[in-house]
Amino acid sequence: MTFTREPTPGRIAPLLAALGRTATLAGLALAGLPALFARRDTRADFLRQLYVIGIGSLAVATVVALFTGMILGLQLGIAFRQFSQELMVAFTLSYAMLREMGPFMTGIILAACVGSAMAAQLGTMTVNEEVAALEMMGIDPVRFLVVPRLWAMTVMAPLLSFYTCVLAFLGGALVGYTQLNIPFLQFIGQVLDAAEVKDLYVGLLKAAIFGVLISAISCAVGFATTQGAAGVGASTRRAVILSFLAILIGGYFITRFFYVF
Amino acid sequence: MSSDPALLFRAVTKAFGTRRVIDGLDLAAEPGEILVIIGPSGTGKSVTLKLASTQLAPTSGTIRVLGRDLAALPPRDLPALRRRLGYLFQSGALLGWKTLAENVALPLAERDRLPPAQIEGRVRDALAEVGLADSGDLYPAEVSGGMLKRAAFARAIIENPELLFFDEPTSGLDPVMSRTIDRLIQQIARARRATCLVVTHDLAGALRYADRIAFLKGGRFLQVATPAELLRRPHPEVQAFLKAQAVEDTP
Repeated sequence: MTFTREPTPGRIAPLLAALGRTATLAGLALAGLPALFARRDTRADFLRQLYVIGIGSLAVATVVALFTGMILGLQLGIAFRQFSQELMVAFTLSYAMLREMGPFMTGIILAACVGSAMAAQLGTMTVNEEVAALEMMGIDPVRFLVVPRLWAMTVMAPLLSFYTCVLAFLGGALVGYTQLNIPFLQFIGQVLDAAEVKDLYVGLLKAAIFGVLISAISCAVGFATTQGAAGVGASTRRAVILSFLAILIGGYFITRFFYVF
Repeated sequence: MSSDPALLFRAVTKAFGTRRVIDGLDLAAEPGEILVIIGPSGTGKSVTLKLASTQLAPTSGTIRVLGRDLAALPPRDLPALRRRLGYLFQSGALLGWKTLAENVALPLAERDRLPPAQIEGRVRDALAEVGLADSGDLYPAEVSGGMLKRAAFARAIIENPELLFFDEPTSGLDPVMSRTIDRLIQQIARARRATCLVVTHDLAGALRYADRIAFLKGGRFLQVATPAELLRRPHPEVQAFLKAQAVEDTP
């Protein structure tokens, strides 16, 4: 499959073509899993991407998660204190983080930190004809470039989401202890009591799906880059915006699927 | 010369939207021939190269590459055909995170999956052929434009392609390095009997090594001739181009 292609004329057709390319890219990259086991170079790139995604996002994820937990703890504490129900902060934080906020925040962080970098790198490679060179050498750009990135993102997103939740709980517990007079261990105990296994696995699954969406969108947008440096900038911006939209819309439907039906 | 051309264009057109870039192009390149395409900027030279190298599909007309009709070629057969082609991109298109040697090794390691010892030997030979025997461990960002082009050249020829495409192979290079690249093109065509299709603005170089020169303007060939014929009886448009180049090259 050739991903460096000519622009589609019109307004609706390019949108549909882009959606089709992104879906095809995601499908091909997911189906490329055996290459991670069969090919040493693909596996090495996968491990490199795990490092880039995981370690590269860790500092941001730590600060965002900790302070989100603290902010939520503070706001919820103020509200629940009126009804002398301060312990409800732990319950609410547990629900919010595991079900929605953990995967959502992780998705946003990954889209901003990693998805943008993927789009920029692949975009630069496309305008520099490096992707065309791979195709001319008979090397599949999807297997060579997308499979390691997509699978690394899919593996790392749930781990980061779990980490984000834990940090947010710690942030909430810190505020609970210092502002609401809730003992630290009691707060954590309440969080664990409120946590259900389903919340945990749906949250992790949601994060994994976000990982697929972000990497597929970022790589597809990168491959569609034209017009030099300005095009790379536009692609980076487009990848982040589309990833945010995909996270929001996808998140709604996943929640609906698991909690309504 | 063989009766079966390595590359054949019949009434080929290429349009992007309503803009027709290539307008009824006919072309035949014989095995081992060096065919150089020259012409003003924006006249469709690079598009011609991309059409011939299977990177673009024509709007109409027939393109046969190494005997295969591209319109009838199933997508699954495209990688096999591309194995027989080599392409030197204008920028070199080397991967920035790999060394020159790793870049040259790419087709062998990624596509053919040869054993490392075999790859090492072939990469060493290819780098030596382009005068980069001691530079394999350097990264593209650490080398000059000429070295980068030569490394890309080594990558393009490492699989002994039957048909080679060169997109502005000497652009941005000094005259000495340009001569080196010209010599390499000549050497590869003569020694390996590879057909070379070269797009260039370097008319002086083209006159030295080309078997035939095709002058492209407005998506059509105005003249296809040997260098001697081109100088002896140039088409009026070609003559104007030659004069402009001569003025440009005069210090």
